[in-house]
Amino acid sequence: MNCWLPCSRGGWSEMNSVFIIAEHDGAKLNPATAKCVSCAAQIPDSSITIGVFGAGISAVAAEAAKLHGVARVQTFESPAFAQPLAAVLSPAVAAAAKGFSHLFAPSTTFGKDLLPRVAALLDVPAISDIMAVESPTRFRRPIYAGNAILTVEIEDVTIIAGTVRTASFDAAASDGAATVEVGQVAQSTVSHTRLVEVAAARSDRPDLQTARRVVSGGRALGSAEKFRLIYDLADALGAAVGASRAAVDAGYAPNDLQVGQTGKIIAPELYVALGISGAIQHMTGIKDARTIVAINKDADAPIFESADFALVGDIFELVPQLTAALQSRART
Amino acid sequence: MKRILVGIKRVVDYNVRIRVKPDHSGVVTDGVKLSINPFDEIALEEALRLKEKGAADEVVAVSIGPADAQTQLRTALAMGADRAVLVTSDAALEPLDAARVFRKLVEREQPFLVLLGKQAIDDDNNQTGQMLAALWDRPQATFASKVELNGAALRVTREVDAGLETLEVDLPAVVTVDLRLNEPRYVKLPDIIKAKKKPLEVLDLASLGVQPKQRLRAVHFAAPAVREKGVRVKDVNELLAALQSRGLV
Repeated sequence: MNCWLPCSRGGWSEMNSVFIIAEHDGAKLNPATAKCVSCAAQIPDSSITIGVFGAGISAVAAEAAKLHGVARVQTFESPAFAQPLAAVLSPAVAAAAKGFSHLFAPSTTFGKDLLPRVAALLDVPAISDIMAVESPTRFRRPIYAGNAILTVEIEDVTIIAGTVRTASFDAAASDGAATVEVGQVAQSTVSHTRLVEVAAARSDRPDLQTARRVVSGGRALGSAEKFRLIYDLADALGAAVGASRAAVDAGYAPNDLQVGQTGKIIAPELYVALGISGAIQHMTGIKDARTIVAINKDADAPIFESADFALVGDIFELVPQLTAALQSRART
Repeated sequence: MKRILVGIKRVVDYNVRIRVKPDHSGVVTDGVKLSINPFDEIALEEALRLKEKGAADEVVAVSIGPADAQTQLRTALAMGADRAVLVTSDAALEPLDAARVFRKLVEREQPFLVLLGKQAIDDDNNQTGQMLAALWDRPQATFASKVELNGAALRVTREVDAGLETLEVDLPAVVTVDLRLNEPRYVKLPDIIKAKKKPLEVLDLASLGVQPKQRLRAVHFAAPAVREKGVRVKDVNELLAALQSRGLV
């Protein structure tokens, strides 16, 4: 439904309609979607639709329909959508988004892969990593690894496309009851891109991207075996595990644990950085953390400039103490 | 001729401390060191390795930028690119316009592979490769951490949020590279001298038939909010007490 004409009337009297691409794994909605809803809700007079693309997605659609502020969920089912391949999904998303004033996806690897491809099919530019909404056409986003914040105005487009920086928005509550509709899907003709395998890290620990508490280790750990210290403290705190780029590059931790500019951007309530010097690229990933704790033996480590609580000392001595103290509290 | 096209963007060097201009019209770029975008160096290194394995005959480095971006293209030639193309534009192009330029060059050069950095470290957009793949109607493999040629297809391991994902894409295709794909080689002095003799073609947007649309307008640049410096605690007990006072343990 197009009830809005961009840039031609010099006003925004008509309602804005936002189409959000749901991120999911076929069974569950990714929490990043609920954060996109909060971003979309900041656009004045917006009506929010979530599009769920996949195969066998009724549970995901039901979850999406509960998100606060969502007016409508549209499902687009096809066996071809069983895997989230940008080349396969993008024509369907572009067709579904036509007529909306805005098109959002989360700024995750899924959204970053898909959204620009859709935008190009719609012949419009895209705005990456929206961190704040100033008006229906004006947004703030980080550039230079978060060392500058750019306010950008988009002009003369049929649809405003962008990815939403999930660390900048709280998840929308799950107290809504939107209608679920079945959308029209054309048969996919794309066969040039095939998924061979997914090596997803299986873990019982909280998910790094959405955890309320995160414990991260850096190069100072010295080996994959000693990285055990990080897991032990994380378990005592009920926290997710993260790592600096240096620790990942050294092979102490897998790549999907990397926190920072080229890894995950997170906003936990508590971030504990152990043996991490605090390179600017790492700090970019945690600047929205509520409380940062750092333990490092180098008293001049840059991380101490940003830490709420700084402890100078040897992690191999202090972290087991901290873990033991938390475990003994849990027992009493 | 089996050809690989590599994108080379000139950016403010990785190590420069970024400062926003006092009038909020941009970031300070006068007098600061400019370099090849680090992700683009990785893309170029991968192209060179494919050529060294016999999978490609020619590596062409392409940049869009002001005339003096030739400096970065000369570096790319010194690393081992066979020739370079500079498309001059004094204004920074937004990703969709850059993708349109690449689309025209793809038509002209007929590469079997376009290798780009996953993002440039100045505007951090992470869009151009995906947009080029859309305009070209070809496969894309973003966030590549491993690239293997497998007959007429390419196997690409991608670093995604959930872990690692492997795609097989038919060629030609667009691949955007992540940090862990490889370690770019260092340039040696004799190569710098040799690079001076390699062909570097300069084109303008009009000759490619691209009229930038430029629909994103930078309104204001600001420095990020600074976190207040916290307190030093002397031991684990003091740390626990501090966390308890915030209700965190």
